[in-house]
Amino acid sequence: MTMIKGTIFNIQRYSVNDGPGIRTTVFLKGCPLTCWWCHNPESQSADISLIRYPELCISCGQCKLVCEHPDQCQLCGQCASACPTESRRMVGKQISVDELYQEIAKDILFYEESGGGVTFSGGEPLSQPEFLIAILKRCHEMGIHTVVDTSGFADPKIVKTVAEHTDLWLYDVKHMDSEQHQKLTGVSNKIILENLKQLISDNRQVIIRVPVIPTCNDSEENIRALAEFLLSLPRLTNINILQYHKLAEDKHQRFTMDYRLQNIEEPTEAQMNKIKKVLERYAEKVTIGG
Amino acid sequence: MNDRVKRLRQLSYDAKPTISAERAELITDFYVENNGKYPVPIMRAKAFYHLCQHKAIYIGADELIVGERGPYPKAVSTYPELTCHTIEDLNILNSRDKTPYIVNEDTKDIYCEKIIPYWQGRSMRDRIFVDLPQEWQDCYQAGMFTEFMEQRAPGHTAMDGKIYNKGLLQFKQEIEEAIASLDYHNDPEATNKLHQLQAMSISCDAAILFAKRHADLAEQMAAKESCEQRQNELLRIAKVCNHVPAYAPRDLWEALQMYWFIHLGCITELNGWDAFSPGHLDQHLNPFYQKGLADNSLTKDRAKELIACFWIKFNNHPAPPKVGVTAQESGTYNDFTNINIGGLDYQGRDGVNDVSYLLLEVVEDIHLLQPGCNIQLSRLNNDHFLKTACRVIRKGYGYPSVFNADAVVAEMVRMGKSIEDARTGGVSGCVETGCFGKEAYVLTGYLNIPKILELTLHNGIDSKSGKRIGLATGEVGLLQTYSQLFTAFKQQLHHIVNIKVRGNQYIERMFARLYPATFMSVIMDDCIKKGKDYNDGGPRYNTTFIQGVGIGSITDSLSAIKTHVYEKKTLDLAKLVSIIDSNFVGNEAVRQMLSNKTPRYGNDNDQADTIMREVFEAFYTEVEGRPNTKGGKYHIDMLPTTCHIYFGSVMGAMPDGRLAGEPLSEGISPVQGADRSGPTAVIKSAGKMDHVRTGGTLLNMSIMPAVVKDDQGITKLAQLIRSYFRMGAHHVQFNVVDKEVLRAAQQSPDQYRDLLVRVAGYSDYFIDLGTDLQNEIISRTSIERM
Repeated sequence: MTMIKGTIFNIQRYSVNDGPGIRTTVFLKGCPLTCWWCHNPESQSADISLIRYPELCISCGQCKLVCEHPDQCQLCGQCASACPTESRRMVGKQISVDELYQEIAKDILFYEESGGGVTFSGGEPLSQPEFLIAILKRCHEMGIHTVVDTSGFADPKIVKTVAEHTDLWLYDVKHMDSEQHQKLTGVSNKIILENLKQLISDNRQVIIRVPVIPTCNDSEENIRALAEFLLSLPRLTNINILQYHKLAEDKHQRFTMDYRLQNIEEPTEAQMNKIKKVLERYAEKVTIGG
Repeated sequence: MNDRVKRLRQLSYDAKPTISAERAELITDFYVENNGKYPVPIMRAKAFYHLCQHKAIYIGADELIVGERGPYPKAVSTYPELTCHTIEDLNILNSRDKTPYIVNEDTKDIYCEKIIPYWQGRSMRDRIFVDLPQEWQDCYQAGMFTEFMEQRAPGHTAMDGKIYNKGLLQFKQEIEEAIASLDYHNDPEATNKLHQLQAMSISCDAAILFAKRHADLAEQMAAKESCEQRQNELLRIAKVCNHVPAYAPRDLWEALQMYWFIHLGCITELNGWDAFSPGHLDQHLNPFYQKGLADNSLTKDRAKELIACFWIKFNNHPAPPKVGVTAQESGTYNDFTNINIGGLDYQGRDGVNDVSYLLLEVVEDIHLLQPGCNIQLSRLNNDHFLKTACRVIRKGYGYPSVFNADAVVAEMVRMGKSIEDARTGGVSGCVETGCFGKEAYVLTGYLNIPKILELTLHNGIDSKSGKRIGLATGEVGLLQTYSQLFTAFKQQLHHIVNIKVRGNQYIERMFARLYPATFMSVIMDDCIKKGKDYNDGGPRYNTTFIQGVGIGSITDSLSAIKTHVYEKKTLDLAKLVSIIDSNFVGNEAVRQMLSNKTPRYGNDNDQADTIMREVFEAFYTEVEGRPNTKGGKYHIDMLPTTCHIYFGSVMGAMPDGRLAGEPLSEGISPVQGADRSGPTAVIKSAGKMDHVRTGGTLLNMSIMPAVVKDDQGITKLAQLIRSYFRMGAHHVQFNVVDKEVLRAAQQSPDQYRDLLVRVAGYSDYFIDLGTDLQNEIISRTSIERM
């Protein structure tokens, strides 16, 4: 059995918006992008980190009692395991392929009944390629349907290998303009769009996901550029357009990260429908939401 | 819903449950005059005849299906021979906050002058509390268990299809044949059988007379009726009531009225638990429905109207009034009629038919408190049927509940029933499995399993009263290992179940000797053949159940002790006991640790779920197979009605972090809020229970309405159900309601009068529930995405 370990920060059973049927979503930790609207800011760093829920704290002092590094936190996790109210939690843990598979396998019955399976999300799952390929292979051997939910920012060779064990890609397209993409996510979109084209040329199953973030990527110009890009693809694809949610604001505060999207409103249904209508001419099918 | 149905529905909804002294007075008059003159079964049958002969007959405006147990809708009969209410009881019933029954001064006067002087000290309830041993009384007082039969008769049963092919005159014929074949020389029981059979025959006459009186009244009303349409309806009612139940029904109208007279007979002679149920109503009605469509005597709309009129009759019959502990274990007007839809037919084929869908439409339209209904879902039933039911579930009335028909059959076969009989069976009451028309499957009371652990942790002393009610299994300090603790727990369990069973056997004999159900015996195979009563082993199968409560709470408590005392050794057991005895005051951090850092049931965690299985195994082994007094055996059920609230109220804090007095976990659901890994994990944990070795388990799940708003949500709900049933599970039901709505209903109850929610195995109006129960329902974990 393979001894490769990966870092994950959550396993969410009964996921219903990350691909078909009832699924388990595994969130891998670490992401090369730093999207302004990131919903899982705790996932960006590849390292294990500490998250606090001060409203749960009962000031029992257990954390201080067990702390061996009061001057400089070493992220040893002692305080979190001692905290009785789970006001302190470690985000991220190392897990082997076997251990992870055991967790995924728990809901096989539900996958079978619903046409579901496992989804790897993140963070960026492609940033732990060896681990991802190993667990995908293992799932495929056991007949579990696999989905990779990705930004597409990875070495094309990795994408090619991962694709061999992936039944469906949920593939983000965040902005068509490279400079804007760089500004909003920290990286260029060049390799992302190339990888996407390649997957479609190779006849892989792909759903393109477009997060709609007001003032960032919802301009007519950007939607038009997206339409042109879709037209350039060798075949029509399915598209999900995803409504921006403010939920992340709170999470960013917990991580004492800057949230650069303050005062942005969630897009209205009418706006979403308008975008849907435009894109429908260039896609197999457009749906709002996952 | 057409206008007639709307009017009848509104009338039924608006009527206030009122105590009627009619039955009490008639039965008392009869006993005063006749007691001692006849053998007991004949005495009971004659008393039943007296009721049918003299009670007021009610035919309401608009009604098509007729007959009331009381003098008018929601006028509730009492059964002083079983429970003789005191004036104080009546005052409480009249004035209590939740589920009151109006008691007017006339009723109190009749009770003062006639009922109480005759029955006090003679009623079954009075005798139970005098005759049963002190140890039983102590356990009962402490809330170790409840006793179903202290105010109500054994019931818990449902009808099969025989009454749609056979009238009571034909049953009488069979009774005559049975009498003719009695062998007085070689069968020492022959004379007893003769009395029993004669009593059954009198009971048939009584029910036929009762119907005839309706026919007569309908004719009189028709003669005076000015509206021609209504006049024709009244004449038709007269025709129907002259035909059934004496003869087998010939069309849908007669079929419905046939069942209704049988139902009224059963709930009038005694106040059996769970009223009575029609069983697989869709399968019974379908031949009449198809015949009516084929010969153009019926349309779908007319059929729906008749069924709706029938449906509303159940709602006119609130549960007989309950007082004391029984009111706490089952605090509702709902009398638990539960109609089976779908499932298998007796040959094991897909039993879903056109009437199955028709019934689901009626359920959705009428949505009153009663009757409850469920779908029986077999592998053989298609997803269209399941999804149609899910769309009704989405409405949030709490029904239909969903049963695994294949598991239900397997449970019955395991208990020794033939496969054909098992397939004609299903569930009634909340979740109880039984062979319709052939079995007395009697629930006898709830067992407070977590309190048995509490007793174990206090060396057999009830920590609330300070009384010794359990065994001295050792001071906690001496329980050095988890296995020693669990052994002590099993010894306490054995002791308490012994006490419970001894009481049960006594009460079972009491009903057999003093309160035979001579009418119900006519229609239950093989009472006529055996010449024995329903309450005395007459049915083909005779099963006794004890229902376990609080599996989630005890699992988490044992898991907390195992983890923190015996494995991590962060607490010693004596210290933990002193902390829970002080209700965690000053020890909130310990409480949080126990609650949050313990593997808990409902998370698909094998460590916790193994403990659940061990407790289940201990309970099962303790109860399973003990003989009852009717030639049958004991089995277990896992359901609570509202008893998890009462059982919680008699307990101190527990090692899972639960505070003193708070509710226990409900059914086989996890402790409220302990399930943190989503619905598939809850289903997996619950699926690890060995359902097939029970006679019923109850899993409650809550869903936010938004998640089933579209077809995708309905599909996922259907898939969750199918997955659970692939694990061999028995039952699941859903509350589809927004917690905010429930909180609002607590604030402004008047605006939410008709808000139905699923409580345990039944639906109830939210505002009628006690505050503890309301809060308990709000605290259940909801499925928030789908």
